[in-house]
Amino acid sequence: MWTFFHKLASPPHFYRIAPTFIRIFAIAGVVLTAVGSWNGLIEAPIDYQQKDAFRIIYVHVPSAYLSMMAYMIMAVSATIGLIWRIKLSHAVAAAAAPLGAWFTFLSLATGSIWGRPMWGTWWEWGDPRLTSQLLMLFLYFGYMALRSAIDDPGKADKASAVLALVGAVNIPIIHYSVYWWTSLHQGQTVLAGKMPPEMLIPLLINILGFTLIFAALLLYRVRSEVLYRERRARWVRELVAGQEAIS
Amino acid sequence: MKELEQSESDLIAGLVAIIRRDLLLAWKRPGDAVNPLMFYAMVCTLFPLATGPSAEQLLQYGPGVLWVAALLATLLALNGLFLSDYEDGSLDQLILSPQPLPLLVLGKALAHWLVTGLPLVLMSPLLAMTFSVPSNVMGILMLTLTLGTLSLSMLGSIGAALTVGLNRGNALLSLLILPLAMPVLIFGARTVSLAVAGDATSAGVYILAAYCMFTVSLSPFATAAALKISNE
Repeated sequence: MWTFFHKLASPPHFYRIAPTFIRIFAIAGVVLTAVGSWNGLIEAPIDYQQKDAFRIIYVHVPSAYLSMMAYMIMAVSATIGLIWRIKLSHAVAAAAAPLGAWFTFLSLATGSIWGRPMWGTWWEWGDPRLTSQLLMLFLYFGYMALRSAIDDPGKADKASAVLALVGAVNIPIIHYSVYWWTSLHQGQTVLAGKMPPEMLIPLLINILGFTLIFAALLLYRVRSEVLYRERRARWVRELVAGQEAIS
Repeated sequence: MKELEQSESDLIAGLVAIIRRDLLLAWKRPGDAVNPLMFYAMVCTLFPLATGPSAEQLLQYGPGVLWVAALLATLLALNGLFLSDYEDGSLDQLILSPQPLPLLVLGKALAHWLVTGLPLVLMSPLLAMTFSVPSNVMGILMLTLTLGTLSLSMLGSIGAALTVGLNRGNALLSLLILPLAMPVLIFGARTVSLAVAGDATSAGVYILAAYCMFTVSLSPFATAAALKISNE
């Protein structure tokens, strides 16, 4: 078990075994998302109050959840990279940031589309979740901007790791301070068990499906990142030379 | 026991020395302290000109404007926190010195607050008066601004340490620090608004004070780590 993890930290080994996992995650993720979306968008009953508009939660909730998840992955792997100086974990942090930003944007966009018929406005400043999600997006932007502003890659890794850590410590505080305003947003229904099973099960399937797609995309991005970072290493040269020989 | 006392007084001596040094430097270069103040006053002037001079309106958004302006002015001043030390090499000396770096960094951030944050707090009643904020609110305004600007100096020192030596540091610093500064802005501005409306304010003040303690005690470590990385 441990040797698996130890070997995983080696870039060439990771580069070799990643495609298998990417394939498994991508296929499983796409199938699950298709099943979940079909059931959620077509089979699930119409909500008595929100009519069909509620169906956007099948995209909205998984992406909102992944936007937090990606930040956690980013902060944890950045910390691991900072402490144990594992190169691969810095690559994971670098690859997770744009994905997290995209899922944050997706959750904001779907939330705003849902808000238009429900609240009668595209954007509601009084809603704490919208606002804290927007701040989350800015945190991602700051992280990516810092990373791209520093030329030396080793320095960029470490500096952005410090920022990710500071951000991770602050996120709960930002979140709750924004909540201090009165809320317009729907209370939590998923965990509170207020949702009928025929609506809930497709949502859970979609959350799992989105997570698997996210994992596949993340591994794909990490793989490219590793290849780029190790471009001067011998194994990459041999790899490229081998491919040229074949073609 | 005696050794312990000795080293403790050494630490305090180091802290005092770095605060004195930075205050002296600021005294020799008054522009660094005056410019953020002018900026603060200018931003506060912009809002009534842009939105209209009616007294109720001014009172309604006055606390928010005062807070946003204070936030921006503090950020403006933060860019230079480590810059001159980085350029003339004294940063290397600070890192190499026998005193722990987080302590020295705390001293620098405190000195920075004394030079830019404190004058801003002292000037705020004057600007608040022009927004027709009632005089019994001035105490709360100054108290919240004191806690808020101190937290911002601490938080901002992390950003300043991360961006020191980068060409595009100034805009980047704002991008890094502004999202983190939201709790301060929300609680600060809301508390002053509550005070204007005559409501209880102790909750907001306590939370600001707690956040201030949190940043004062933890951010020097992050700043020190960031400085070591930036100065490699």
